[in-house]
Amino acid sequence: MSVASVFPQLEPLLPRVSKPIQYVGGELGAVAKDWDAATVRWALMYPDAYEVGLPNQGVQILYEVLNELPDVLAERTYAVWPDLEELMRAHGVPQFTVDAHRPVRAFDVLGLSFATELGYTNMLSALDLAGIPLRSADRGAEDPIVLAGGHAAFNPEPIADFLDAAVLGDGEEAVLEITGILRDWKAEGRPGGRDELLLRLARTESIYVPRFYDVDYLSDGRIQRVVPNRPDVPFRVAKRTTMDLDAWPYPKKPLVPLAETVHERYAVEIFRGCTRGCRFCQAGMITRPVRERSITTVGQMVRDGLEFSGFSEVGLLSLSSADHSEIGDMCSGLADQYADSNVSLSLPSTRVDAFNIDLAQELSRNGRRTGLTFAPEGGSERIRKVINKMVTEEDLIRTVVTAYSNGWRQVKLYFMCGLPTETDEDVLQIARMAHEVIKAGRAAAGTKDIRCTVSIGGFVPKPHTPFQWAPMTSPEVIDHRLKLLKQEINSDRSLGRAIGYRYHDGEPSLIEGLLSRGDRRVGAVVRRVWEKGGRFDGWSEHFSYARWVEAAAEVLPEFGVDLDWFTTRERDQAEVLPWDHLDSGLDKDWLWQDWQDSMSEYEQDDCRWTPCFDCGVCPSMDTEIQIGPTGRKLLPLTPVNGMRVPA
Amino acid sequence: MAKKQPPGGQAPVVQRIRIRYAKRGPLRFTSHRDFARAFERALLRAGVPIAFSQGFTPHPKISYASAAPTGVASEAEYLEIGLRERVDPARLRAALDAALSPGLDVIEAVVASEGTGLADRIEASRWRIELSQVDPAAAARAVDAFRAADDVQVERMTKQGRRAFDARAAVTRIVLEERSGVPSEAGAAPCAIIDLVVRQVTPAVRPDDVLSGLRAVAGLEPPVPPRVTRLAQGLLTSQGEIVDPLEADREDASIGGR
Repeated sequence: MSVASVFPQLEPLLPRVSKPIQYVGGELGAVAKDWDAATVRWALMYPDAYEVGLPNQGVQILYEVLNELPDVLAERTYAVWPDLEELMRAHGVPQFTVDAHRPVRAFDVLGLSFATELGYTNMLSALDLAGIPLRSADRGAEDPIVLAGGHAAFNPEPIADFLDAAVLGDGEEAVLEITGILRDWKAEGRPGGRDELLLRLARTESIYVPRFYDVDYLSDGRIQRVVPNRPDVPFRVAKRTTMDLDAWPYPKKPLVPLAETVHERYAVEIFRGCTRGCRFCQAGMITRPVRERSITTVGQMVRDGLEFSGFSEVGLLSLSSADHSEIGDMCSGLADQYADSNVSLSLPSTRVDAFNIDLAQELSRNGRRTGLTFAPEGGSERIRKVINKMVTEEDLIRTVVTAYSNGWRQVKLYFMCGLPTETDEDVLQIARMAHEVIKAGRAAAGTKDIRCTVSIGGFVPKPHTPFQWAPMTSPEVIDHRLKLLKQEINSDRSLGRAIGYRYHDGEPSLIEGLLSRGDRRVGAVVRRVWEKGGRFDGWSEHFSYARWVEAAAEVLPEFGVDLDWFTTRERDQAEVLPWDHLDSGLDKDWLWQDWQDSMSEYEQDDCRWTPCFDCGVCPSMDTEIQIGPTGRKLLPLTPVNGMRVPA
Repeated sequence: MAKKQPPGGQAPVVQRIRIRYAKRGPLRFTSHRDFARAFERALLRAGVPIAFSQGFTPHPKISYASAAPTGVASEAEYLEIGLRERVDPARLRAALDAALSPGLDVIEAVVASEGTGLADRIEASRWRIELSQVDPAAAARAVDAFRAADDVQVERMTKQGRRAFDARAAVTRIVLEERSGVPSEAGAAPCAIIDLVVRQVTPAVRPDDVLSGLRAVAGLEPPVPPRVTRLAQGLLTSQGEIVDPLEADREDASIGGR
């Protein structure tokens, strides 16, 4: 039975909302497939506004991988802003996909990608607008499987009640396997109903079905144990790792929106994973091992992606792009190819060394110069040892001097506030560092006309990192330190004038911390906040700290815990963590040792260049580091003569 | 220390092309900025030898005539591009049309002749306003009242805040179409269609200002948002007809064979 578009009902509402184009679809790269010809149908959601969600790589990759299958259809849906939500409720328009404007409830799967926990309330809005019961337990045969992925899915416990399943790690192969299971189950006439389908998913041992696990608590509020309540469900669920990125060169046809979005560029992942070992970095811990995409595949993707999309900017993405074994040849090869064009190439740079400037210099040969960003993360030498960010102040000064003497007039520096063991003094060092940067920069550039921007993010301890046991610093202390830092930056007016200062208040970080390390009891808080109108919690104009604090105070006491218990409390080694049954490959004993090393300011090397330090990932996940160099080079592009009619 | 110098070497413009394009269906919700981004990408996708400005951040040479408001469809939007190589306008039209999403449609491309610029050839727009679920008789009374008035004050939010202005003087034609009552799409609800010609003035009088005017003079309140389409732009003849702004370029091309 075909499913009708809701566009006729939606269209009269669009002139009454802001930026209606975001709800219309019509992107280049979007695929319109026949509903009736598909046997398995996915709705993919990035639970934030279209302008943030559309560029998301994960969704774009899975959208393309799924739509390449002849009998599979995938469409996309995003969070609607409150102005449209209100009109949709008033006029009975359900949550829809932007591709063919089909109601989300009609799909077999609603797959949500959670890059951040602050999208949880938007998920509830979407489910509710779709007419899908919020709780997994209340869903029936007509409802889609609600599936979470993305980094936040490494601890989906705070939304476990709302999810049917979660996938940890890379999604390319997981969506194909899930599609296969669904296809078979539907072809067999849906034996055993929803329960049987979820059981088949759980039996893969790499798809987490929360309802098949019971959580018991101790009288002091800690978790006693998490155990399967079905005989053939695994005790631990393993993450997925896509090996050989050259075999998965997605997105090939990037989505090009009509609406303005946060990233207007063709992004290519040049590698996945990172073993630098920054102790705060969840991405670096859960995406191991390092898997490089080869220089030739990257070159081909850039060429095809630009030709397809018409983008004039390319981002070479990864967790630390300068670490690619072929990065030098890659940058000079691409610079050669685009020397006579107005394409700008960028390398989001986080590594603090002069090599990075050489690369940036190379990429900007055609005059399209992009910004330089460095992330020392900690202000003092001591705190950088605690977080294992192996950068000395001399490294930083040398790097920015190179940048300023090569013509850059502005650099951005990223730091964190609220790190474990941090004191006021550690944070004030950021000001001194920035002062030194400006002094050295002025001397090198021979002009006073240089700037640096200091950006401070709040530290949030994340699951599967050595800091998963760490206490958070209270928002009051964070805000106090940020104020002291501002004063210190401006203590020298001449230097202070050249320094931009950006920071986030401590309150949103505390809530992110609650959601990151929460357990199933936190689900009641999420629901309460959503019921009180919580939406778009990643947006400062929508986020309400008071609403979260109130909701936590209403629902948590029943369990004998509170907001502080989840955030500012330090955990001990014996405590069962809510995500212990979810296997990122990292050995918990190794993580604990790294946490202890952190306290004694002992640094850990990178296993790409030093022997394996037994973090546990490769043997437990049966994976290995995949790096070059391949020894190949990028060849010059043959110029395209005259106009072409795009496919 | 060397002074900052913009990188030079952008190729000069050797040919100018004027383009008429349409914004149709759901893509009428494209804002002007959205269209401009999509058009720049379409130039790249189609391999058009667009010229760039000099300077630190070279921009493609594109100039737009007044763009229809977001949410308003159009059959008559115009722009001009500068090229660094000569092209065949018919091939350019086809390549650009294929490179843009369906609904953003390139209708015509002509080589620009010498003489007046595009902006000097546009002084008025013709609009069609479809008022679905509005009784044609009520619409006719409102249109008559509007036409009879000397001055119709309306208010609109502008960048300078709320301002009041006259929506009547700029309107050179406002009539209820005879085929009103026959909805353009299936459905039994009545529909009134207004044919409107408005001069470009400052502050601009847009179709929604005229609708505000109809509300002001006769209390006309459409129950659903009207569908508005720009049908033409150009100079106004003494008979009140609109002259196609590309007409002169076409004539010039057929005479001079440029």
